[in-house]
Amino acid sequence: MIEHYLSLAVKSIFVENMALAFFLGMCSFLACSRKVDTSLGLGLAVTFVLAVTCPLNNLIYNYLLKEGALAWVPGLGPQLAEIDLSFLGFISYIGTIAAVVQVVEMIIDRFAPALYGALGVFLPLIAVNCAILGASLFMVERDYTFGESAVFGFGSGAGFALAIIALAAIRERMRYSNVPAGLRGLGITFIITGLMAIGFMAFSGIQL
Amino acid sequence: MDTKQKKILLDPLLNTNPIAFQVLGICSALAVTTKMETALVMSAALTAVLSLSNLFVSLIRNKIPTNVRIIVQLSIIASLVIITDQVLKAFVYDISKQLSVFVGLIITNCIVMGRAEGFAMQNPPLASLLDGIGNALGYDLILLITAFFRELIGSGRLFGYPVLQTTSENGWYIPNGLLILSPGAFFIIGLLIWALRTWKTEQQEAD
Repeated sequence: MIEHYLSLAVKSIFVENMALAFFLGMCSFLACSRKVDTSLGLGLAVTFVLAVTCPLNNLIYNYLLKEGALAWVPGLGPQLAEIDLSFLGFISYIGTIAAVVQVVEMIIDRFAPALYGALGVFLPLIAVNCAILGASLFMVERDYTFGESAVFGFGSGAGFALAIIALAAIRERMRYSNVPAGLRGLGITFIITGLMAIGFMAFSGIQL
Repeated sequence: MDTKQKKILLDPLLNTNPIAFQVLGICSALAVTTKMETALVMSAALTAVLSLSNLFVSLIRNKIPTNVRIIVQLSIIASLVIITDQVLKAFVYDISKQLSVFVGLIITNCIVMGRAEGFAMQNPPLASLLDGIGNALGYDLILLITAFFRELIGSGRLFGYPVLQTTSENGWYIPNGLLILSPGAFFIIGLLIWALRTWKTEQQEAD
């Protein structure tokens, strides 16, 4: 059982890296990777929110939305079991994510003001980071259990953090190189990310 | 159509392209471009959602309280995406399976939020509709160009029809598999941006 979770974690961090293999969270990946410090803050915040929202959305899907999911309601079970609410998925997941981000923001503000100051700007932005919604949608598509979705959420967040910190470190060095005028900024960042993606492809096929 | 409206509609194609200049909506642009077919369906879906969401947000822009505007915009966008997803599932089921989660991810596509927040909240409905269509077309343009190169070089086909006979079908062309994989997408968009910025030098960045 442990091996199964460990292998899922390795898969979600390296092999199916959110940013480099599925292109999710690209906007903030490119926009917030100028400095290592800011990318570290964003990476941590994304990891935390992913690790919370993914299992939460798993519960919502399994106990509210899936066909036959409402069978647990006392008394009305048999009638409600025929209802299939899965088309409401998108709007429920994004609602959960927005709410969790809001709650996380308030908790951090109350108990760790220093961290709040450091993350400040990025926290609200996370609600519209496609990596977060993407992880929940993948979780539904692949039919993960509660435990798997928790591991998957944490793993994808850690993978995203790893990739964005590595990219920021490379971009800090890029400042000293002579890039053709038209490629400067966005263009060369795409090329670097492509090369990083090739590097991460070396992990494919790894199994524990 | 007067010059101002024309400018709103046509500027996002090359001058302020959402992908190459505003750096919005890149996730889906990279993921669905392995084939022309999926890229075309994705373009159509995004065009529908973006133009309608701009229109609806603009229609109620004076009634939305500033504090809760993000959630109002999100619920308009999410409802439109749900409709689009159901339509795709009903009429082109196979392609909707291939697009997998990326139709749902239109909700968090920054182009849609960005235009709703940045344009539709301040401008009248007609201008917002045109802005939505214009930005969607700019997105479609990059998407289709990328998909064209990836499918042609990566598998020797266009829209699924063989154009270059591959060696596996007793032809002469050895497909370059890298273009189908994720790094290929990054390279093609990087080179596209390079080409665009060499032509339109005012878009170049300083650093």
